[in-house]
Amino acid sequence: MTKDVKIIEKSETIAPRTRFSFSRKDLCVPYGLFLALFVILPLVLVVYYAFTAKDGRFTFANFIWFFSSWTMIQNLLISVLIGLVTTVVCLLIGYPIAYILSRMTAARRGILLLLFIMPMWINFVLRALAMKELLDLIGILGKFNYLNTIIGMVYDYLPFMILPLYSVLIKMDKSLEEAAADLGAGRVKVFTSVTLPLSLPGIVSGITMVFMPTMTCYVISDTFSNGKVTIIGKLIEQWFGSGDNWHYGSVIALIMLVIMFISTLIEGKFSDEKVYRGTNL
Amino acid sequence: MKKWLSWIFLFAVLLFIYLPIVILAIYSFTNSAIIGKWNGFSFDLYKQLFTVERLRKTILNTVLLAVLASGLSAILGTLGAIGVFYNKKWLGKYVKSASHIPVINAEIVTAISLALVFALFNIGRSYFALLMGHMVLCTPFVMLSVLPKLKQMDGSLYEAALDLGATPTQALFKVIIPEIMPGIFSGFMLAITLSLDDYMISAYTKPTTLDTISTYVYQAVKNQNKSMLPALRALSAVIFFVMIIVVIVINLRASKKSAVKSTVK
Amino acid sequence: MGNVKQDKIIELIDITRKFEDGLVAVDGINLYVRKGEFVTFLGPSGCGKTTTLRMIAGFDKPTGGKVLLNGKDISDLPPNKRPINTVFQRYALFPHLNVYDNIAFGLKLKRINTVYEDKNGKRFEKKVKFSKSEISAKVDKVLKMVDLEGFEKRSVSTLSGGQQQRVAIARALVNEPEILLLDEPLGALDLKMRKDMQLELKEMHKKLGITFIYVTHDQEEALTMSDTIVVMKDGVIQQIGTPTDIYNEPKNAFVADFIGESNIFSGTYVGNRKVRFIGKTFDCVDDFEPNDKVDVVVRPEDVEITDADKGTVSGKIISSIFKGIHYEMTVKIGKAEVLIQNTVERKVGETVGIVIKPNNIHIMAKEFSSNRYDGYITKKNTVCFGDGEFECDVTQLYAGSSLDEEGYLITAEGEKIDLTDTDVKVEVGLKDIEISDDQEKGGAIGNIVSIIYKGDHYQLIVRTEENEEDYVFDTEDTWNENDRVSVIIPKDKIRLSLVTENNK
Repeated sequence: MTKDVKIIEKSETIAPRTRFSFSRKDLCVPYGLFLALFVILPLVLVVYYAFTAKDGRFTFANFIWFFSSWTMIQNLLISVLIGLVTTVVCLLIGYPIAYILSRMTAARRGILLLLFIMPMWINFVLRALAMKELLDLIGILGKFNYLNTIIGMVYDYLPFMILPLYSVLIKMDKSLEEAAADLGAGRVKVFTSVTLPLSLPGIVSGITMVFMPTMTCYVISDTFSNGKVTIIGKLIEQWFGSGDNWHYGSVIALIMLVIMFISTLIEGKFSDEKVYRGTNL
Repeated sequence: MKKWLSWIFLFAVLLFIYLPIVILAIYSFTNSAIIGKWNGFSFDLYKQLFTVERLRKTILNTVLLAVLASGLSAILGTLGAIGVFYNKKWLGKYVKSASHIPVINAEIVTAISLALVFALFNIGRSYFALLMGHMVLCTPFVMLSVLPKLKQMDGSLYEAALDLGATPTQALFKVIIPEIMPGIFSGFMLAITLSLDDYMISAYTKPTTLDTISTYVYQAVKNQNKSMLPALRALSAVIFFVMIIVVIVINLRASKKSAVKSTVK
Repeated sequence: MGNVKQDKIIELIDITRKFEDGLVAVDGINLYVRKGEFVTFLGPSGCGKTTTLRMIAGFDKPTGGKVLLNGKDISDLPPNKRPINTVFQRYALFPHLNVYDNIAFGLKLKRINTVYEDKNGKRFEKKVKFSKSEISAKVDKVLKMVDLEGFEKRSVSTLSGGQQQRVAIARALVNEPEILLLDEPLGALDLKMRKDMQLELKEMHKKLGITFIYVTHDQEEALTMSDTIVVMKDGVIQQIGTPTDIYNEPKNAFVADFIGESNIFSGTYVGNRKVRFIGKTFDCVDDFEPNDKVDVVVRPEDVEITDADKGTVSGKIISSIFKGIHYEMTVKIGKAEVLIQNTVERKVGETVGIVIKPNNIHIMAKEFSSNRYDGYITKKNTVCFGDGEFECDVTQLYAGSSLDEEGYLITAEGEKIDLTDTDVKVEVGLKDIEISDDQEKGGAIGNIVSIIYKGDHYQLIVRTEENEEDYVFDTEDTWNENDRVSVIIPKDKIRLSLVTENNK
């Protein structure tokens, strides 16, 4: 203010200027619209394509085609098998690691956990390439396609198994195990009757985090088998790419959606707080 | 379990994880077409990262896309999380459930369904489609990182801000957002790693002229393009070295913090 | 009287708050608060006191009624536009800001309407922020007031509970609110700190002269600090008054029980300023209708001890505890226990007489006119009370329960409970008692001691011989005084409830 202006009166206003006002509840509207447009609508389209023929007529023909083709069924079964084996191997390696880490001192387990999940920060295709080069160096690349595919899958998805297991085990009340031991349970009994059941949510969470991608991630199977192992994701890719039949591709995608839906239902029974790739840690 | 047994197990698994990367890193310092053959020490492969135009552009594109998609996801996901937290009605429930779909869905299914929707809108393969695709992938994780922070926050803080004269907007920016900032930040970092890691969505939405590291590498592997592969060793090695530095920094800061804490005590 | 009306700073008119789940937290409250007053809402948790405070602050909107501030309806005004500030229960300090920034939070948001005049004499208005130095001066002032000078740069998480409390108070006061709301602000502090803060708050109130509205469940805190206490229960105001009023003249048994320690007896107003309880008739100063069932409140410090033969009634000391400034003794008189506070100790086992001055006996009309007894369940699933034994329905004690063949109670969850010797409260309505000449027919035997004609019916009292228990009931039949009769109560008219900590 210049000297020419003098203050005559000052009075406090209670309210600051009223700008636009909103309710906190409405803040999810933008994301809600985004989800409707780019998540819900796309899935509706998948369903639409699965149930229509090329001329847009409603039909079951696409399903009949899939379930009457031995190659398709065979590939589906192979995918499930690869997924299962990978998941079991990841669980067998991941559980002991998560368990050992969760029983360490805070400083030590912090750095070790970091070492186990750090590979997640390297691009997974690059990581797969590194493993492929190693297998090549050893000289088994191209010889055992299924084994190599599973090695590649385990290599890429192991951290996804360790994380949820670790976060469940670390939150577990240690005095429960002590109480079980105090009540006369031996080490094995403590593990099978207390630790294992209590870590079930983590196990289920880890299984869903590994099983779904390993059934569909054709990048890895292609890399490690030179395209000799075909998993279900590859089929989707083929029909959307060179095969140029989106209706067939959508049927397979829809089947994957159903599998996902079922596994979510199963998972929901076990845990309400899930850990995905390091959220909620 | 015997102690030494568990250490042996840990180190065996760590070896399995790191051996391929370390070998790759070693052979990034020699100009050889295949691993196992040492052609003498050189930085040639590293030079290629900058001199090969296509490679340089790919790296730049990937990083830019990751930052852009993660930044937008951080905004959208944070707003979504706040909305979901306070909206217990159908809208909040819908957003919460719908945002879980891309998290648990197979990425290939998300990718092709996005391809379908962009075809429907006549957007086809475009940078916009690619960006939206990455946001579909990243935003739920931002939301999942922010929600726990909202749960931990003292519920009266927002009311306290209003009580002191803040409008709802001011209360949001001056109190709620600063309080949940750690969650937003970790969500953003997670989004960056997800975007950098993505292959599926990029493959089905990107313009044909643009490559991300994932699609570039996969092309090289698939087409057995031996001339493209060696430079990728240098790229992996660079990421690996950056990672190691980050870990060391985090570790140093953590030990410093605990040292400060223990002296205060 | 016009002045008095203006004096009201806050007025709640028929305020109701019903939640979505159907819970009515506040049920039609009417009250006003005078400018500069220290008002305390007192009551057990869930009584609606915090909800009432939140409606004054603006965090909650009433579902019915109006909130007036200086005579203007502010029911729809958001909290940020009310000249009211709150000290929250768990302080609600902003963890990301230091002490200074927490306190300055409100000041930085404030805009001051300023009228300027330029050299041509033209006036114009502008909204201006407080300058940095103004803010800093104000913050310094409140920090001094709460004794936290030099804490400006400290992070709030490094402060002790008491210090956080002071920051919270400073943060509210710095905005110079017309009303300061305090929601159980001392609840998280330890006892000694709480006592100190009570005095400090009282001192601050005196110095600042602004209105304080305080919420607490601690009756001692309320009595120490307030000008006016509003006692609430179940969303309804039980009594409004000064601490002395509330303490000395509680309006009902709930208030008497909640405020301070007290003996509460069930009694009968005899008439002629006489009231009968613990088996004896005492002089009193209140007027009621003869035979009215009343609650009698006697504060422990008002019970005087004399020699056994000199008291109105005598009993045996069954416990004596030294409490620092006095002894707290319990005297057993018949079945009743009387709590006494006295500086002179009487040994346990000693028989003493007690005297209560008429003006120390507070009589209140019973909320429900019904007979209430303490009883217990017997082996046969009957209930013993009032010197008698009656058949009853014990399944009413547990919702959804039933009896098995052996007479054990099976709860809704399938749990088996043996009720033998369970203490229960028994309630029997005035219209649910019959009497009979046949002394085998009823569950208890007594003599008719009073017959009062109440216009269209008689009200009778049957008193038992052993413990002089009274059965009060209405009947249209005519009886004679001193008739020896048996008391009949139908099985389904005996209302039982378990004795819990609350209704002990």
